[in-house]
Amino acid sequence: MTKEDAIEVEGRVVEPLPNAMFRVELDNGHQVLAHISGKMRMNFIKILPGDKVTLELSPYDLNRGRITYRHK
Amino acid sequence: MLLADCMIVYKSPNEIKKIRVSGALVAQTLKLLFDNIKPGITTIELDKMAEDFIRSQKAEPSFKGYNGFPGSICVSIDDEVVHGIPSKRVIEDGQVVSIDVGVYKDGYHGDSAWTTTVGKVSDEIEKQLKVGEECLWRGIEKARVGSQLGDIGHAIQSHAEKNGYSVVRDLVGHGVGRRLHEDPQVPHYGKPHTGLVLRPGLVIAIEPMINAGVYQVRILNDNWTIVTGDGRNSVHYEHTIAVSENGPVILTE
Repeated sequence: MTKEDAIEVEGRVVEPLPNAMFRVELDNGHQVLAHISGKMRMNFIKILPGDKVTLELSPYDLNRGRITYRHK
Repeated sequence: MLLADCMIVYKSPNEIKKIRVSGALVAQTLKLLFDNIKPGITTIELDKMAEDFIRSQKAEPSFKGYNGFPGSICVSIDDEVVHGIPSKRVIEDGQVVSIDVGVYKDGYHGDSAWTTTVGKVSDEIEKQLKVGEECLWRGIEKARVGSQLGDIGHAIQSHAEKNGYSVVRDLVGHGVGRRLHEDPQVPHYGKPHTGLVLRPGLVIAIEPMINAGVYQVRILNDNWTIVTGDGRNSVHYEHTIAVSENGPVILTE
């Protein structure tokens, strides 16, 4: 199959959920469930509601994402 | 790597049994086509033969209509890597023909591809087919509980490159199950000890595409057919396999 790259989008954290998951509202209003990338976990980057984040969505499931960057 | 750990559906033994049923039909279809392939036959005739057989088994060709693909199978000749659309093109002596088949039955897909030659071909071409098939087996060999996706890619890439061939990067293997293409993506290149750790119940299609020349590919104007960047031949071998405690289990045979 054709290699598919993740879709990068920006959003704002709405609420933290158990298991280091977050509900994130995208700039287009869509809400997705996101977990944080391993690298961010390793560096103990704290994510709080209201933070602006960059996340990758899978082309397969647009309701789930992976937070790759927290904006300052 | 996208969301590698997030959307993977691990299959129960019962689901794997169903994928095996679809996979067996894929294998039978491929055998039927390779028994009938000869100079003079058109690729659309092969497509019809495959579709008739698959439907006679109360199953459906997975590819038909997938993202708008018009055929039931993919037939890719010589420099065509994959996704060749069946047409009135006549198969000729000396060609390298790859056929990719997917079957959907009882809610689950099976996916496999193989490459053959028609008539007499040079030793050079024979060698490429041999190495291509070996690459698949080397990849499958690494599909064990506890090893990683990068190990599969590395095994394939190192074997291909050692023999002077290149591995297509823009197309990858994939998870197989209720959907034809699922997570994870399975690259046929990579570094050992990287990527997803394989667990029992993971069902993936490993499908190395091995080029005689450069690894780059381009897509033709029909928006489907992928050809090699330099026009040299490509071969394609694929099995759907399940990762189990007892090693890799081939589901498409």
